[in-house]
Amino acid sequence: MRQFILRRFLYSIITLLIISITIFSLVRIAGGDPARLYSEPGAREEDLARLRAQWGLDRSYPEQYFSFMANIFKGDIGQSFQFNRPVRDLYFQRFTASLQLAGGALIFAMAVGIPLGILSAVKLNTWWDSLGKTIALLGLAIPNFWLALVLLIVFGLYLDVLPVAGKGGFSNLILPCIALGWYFAASFMRLTRSSMLDVLGSEYIKLARLKGMPEYVVIGKHAFKNALIPVVTWAGIYLVLLLNTAVVIEVIFAWPGIGSLLFSGIFQRDFPLVQGAVIMIGVLIVLANFVVDIAYAYIDPRIRLTR
Amino acid sequence: MPPLLKVSGLKTHFFTFRGTRVVKAVDGLDFTLEEGETMGLVGESGCGKTTTCLSLVRLLPPAGRIVEGSIEFDGDDLVQKSIGEMQNIRGNSIAMILQDPMASLNPLFSIYTQVGEPAYYHQNLRGRTLSTRVRDLLGSVRIPSPETRMKEYPHQMSGGMRQRIVGAIALAGGPRLIIADEPTTNLDVTIQAQYLNLLRDIQRETKVGLIFVTHNLGIVAKMCDKLAVMYAGRIVEQGNVKEIFRNPQHPYTRALLGSIPRIGSKEPLYAIPGQPPNLAALPKGCYFHPRCPEAMDRCRVDEPPIYAPGDQWEATCWLLDGQKQVARQVEGVAS
Amino acid sequence: MVLASDPAPELSVPAPLSATRTLLSARLRTVREMPLLAVAIISILCVLAVFANVIAPHDPTLPVENIEPAFFAPPMWSEGGSSTAILGTDFQGRDVFSRLVHGSRVSIIVGLVGTLVAAALGTAMGVLSGYLGRWVDTVIMRITDAWLALPALIFAIFLATLVGPSMWNIVIILGAVFWTRYARVIRGEVLSLREREYVKLAEVAGASKVRVMIRHILPNVMNTTIVLASLTIGVVIIAEASLSFLGVGVPPPAPAWGSMLAEARPTLLTGRWWLTVFPGLAIMLVVLATQIMGDWLRVKLDPQLRNL
Repeated sequence: MRQFILRRFLYSIITLLIISITIFSLVRIAGGDPARLYSEPGAREEDLARLRAQWGLDRSYPEQYFSFMANIFKGDIGQSFQFNRPVRDLYFQRFTASLQLAGGALIFAMAVGIPLGILSAVKLNTWWDSLGKTIALLGLAIPNFWLALVLLIVFGLYLDVLPVAGKGGFSNLILPCIALGWYFAASFMRLTRSSMLDVLGSEYIKLARLKGMPEYVVIGKHAFKNALIPVVTWAGIYLVLLLNTAVVIEVIFAWPGIGSLLFSGIFQRDFPLVQGAVIMIGVLIVLANFVVDIAYAYIDPRIRLTR
Repeated sequence: MPPLLKVSGLKTHFFTFRGTRVVKAVDGLDFTLEEGETMGLVGESGCGKTTTCLSLVRLLPPAGRIVEGSIEFDGDDLVQKSIGEMQNIRGNSIAMILQDPMASLNPLFSIYTQVGEPAYYHQNLRGRTLSTRVRDLLGSVRIPSPETRMKEYPHQMSGGMRQRIVGAIALAGGPRLIIADEPTTNLDVTIQAQYLNLLRDIQRETKVGLIFVTHNLGIVAKMCDKLAVMYAGRIVEQGNVKEIFRNPQHPYTRALLGSIPRIGSKEPLYAIPGQPPNLAALPKGCYFHPRCPEAMDRCRVDEPPIYAPGDQWEATCWLLDGQKQVARQVEGVAS
Repeated sequence: MVLASDPAPELSVPAPLSATRTLLSARLRTVREMPLLAVAIISILCVLAVFANVIAPHDPTLPVENIEPAFFAPPMWSEGGSSTAILGTDFQGRDVFSRLVHGSRVSIIVGLVGTLVAAALGTAMGVLSGYLGRWVDTVIMRITDAWLALPALIFAIFLATLVGPSMWNIVIILGAVFWTRYARVIRGEVLSLREREYVKLAEVAGASKVRVMIRHILPNVMNTTIVLASLTIGVVIIAEASLSFLGVGVPPPAPAWGSMLAEARPTLLTGRWWLTVFPGLAIMLVVLATQIMGDWLRVKLDPQLRNL
């Protein structure tokens, strides 16, 4: 187990290194002059020159990369010119709001996706299965931002029952959570269905039936636990994804989260903000993958009990 | 007193492609099994052995259905039982041992939970009584230090040990009939022998009826009292093991026996020519005739009736024409 | 593709003719089994994209003339709508229908070319990684894993802000973001192909590594690439729409469906539903059609029915 953790840890570090190299070199290859990217649009030439000297952009690439990494390790992922504050602080300031939204969306997605996935696997090739498959298909095909707009028109404008924008009470969360969770509900459905089908076809489920246990015990105890392991481990990764990729939904519902922050970075051409947020997201996702791997290993006795 | 198990005219068909194609996996089986008796069920892969087993416990896959016949267990017809009644019988008075010991234990539950389940659901044992019961069961299948072992998980056991645990699960409900579907195919030869000895000892002690599915005739010779040879969903020959081995009547049985290597024999092994039959497109007449070395013109046209070459001995082949026929007839031989 | 599954009919015609007949009937059957609705939607989209200039009644970037009201005219069947602009006009008085028709061009070009770039790059990387092994494999797979860790949309946003908005930039960006999915699947495929007899035979016969990869490996992974590609087109189209919606995609005044939705947003709550509903519906139908088509292709081309 310890060896497993160590290996996963090393692996995460390598992934992070490659992400950092990717970001660093893409900025230099595709972005042209970093000084221009990192400063306000329309900055004066002498200011740019001063910045180049200050950030050591005249030094060699390896040196530049080294200081870039050193800054990241110190927790400095850049300074937003728009807010004139460290991106890290801005990010964590928005964290709670995003977490609320992501948590709500995850609950919605799991509440819809998992039961539907189980039903369509247990009642394979029936009406339930068709419903599940249709929802899985629509989950992919309906863009979440369009769903958000349509939900706004229907519930906010015509029915006028739910608030359309901003952070506030519980009712403010309903529409954005549905719009954001929609795609993930379909993912959970597909994941649960295929995982459940795998398990239901297994010999140990046959043996469980042979023991003469009622069907609800066979499904609810034996199949459920096995089928849910991959689903639950994915939930962790989905949460981090929901937390960080809700750009469009947050913009539409004027939700003051990380997505809106990123959007204001795009909108104001505040490149340090965009880059900082991307680094932050990369770190969090790699971390989440690591934690989920360990959690997976912990749930599954096959990995937990081998040293 | 009725026999422990009496299967008559059992037909299990598979309906695929929305019922447009019918596969007659089991097509008219008759056999009986007495208490304490062991019957070997042999045949090539795909001849309907496993379907027969699953029909007996009524756990067929969704496409399969018992279309005809009866399965009298202790005088009660299992085919007529409701789902709930079948649940009370499974794991209780009928148990089944599956082929693959690696895959038939749930990796996420402890041995204790899995072995204890039949007793938990059928005899309502709880707490201390249950753990004593599980320990005794593990002991009876010769698991060393059952007290510690039962807290462990399947992946911590060897293949042979897992198969013995599967055996313990089968015994947990105190069954009167155990169906073992090729229980030793995935085990090493030495462990196979140990396991077979264990099964035989258990059977002697508990007087349980045993149906032993295998394609290993050596095991049949060692373990069984009776033998039933299946071909294309039907039993082509059945009777006492010793008698059949000494003087097999059906060409297919002869072929199977001819394909066992014997120490010291210089004769070449006999291989059955041709492919196992396609159950969706069976030939006219006797199903075995395309591969039969002794096929006659008649075999290609008419299905053979069941002959009785001896007491409790049945074989379905035109070669026995003129001998005593069994009254019960195979469908389609009305003439 | 999926031919010769039918046993040749017992006819007294010469063999070559019967063979062509089987081939033909098999092909016909393949066509008949296609999901009709999906095929219809995709064909209509292609026709719209190719003949946009002819089909669109108005210039998509200029206001419609001689129409009342000048802006925000509702669809023709609503009250106050006119047949000049069948699906209404937007905040600049431009014809929604014409913009939708021209927008299909953007979606198709970005969807197809973006997917093509991703598929070509990913397949090449997968073949190299799987066949050459050793350090090539390590390097490519580490990069693949790292890039897969970054959420596609976030990665695309980062790249788009870096290089600035333009349709061809978006094509390259989406190619760069999505190739990793192909690389991973194709590599797995190649690992097993590498052990096949005919590959070994070619190696023994002295074929160069490049030749083995191109002649023996590549043709055998093409089915997987095609299936994956058909399933990613929809994702790419939605990604383009999202980028355009956020203002880092196809720049105005070009009529991309995503930008149409973005332009509709400020006036969303004033009841001009047609500006939101039609572009979204278009995206949904197209993605739905490509998904159904992709699923069908997967069943046809990938007998193992893996979950790609």
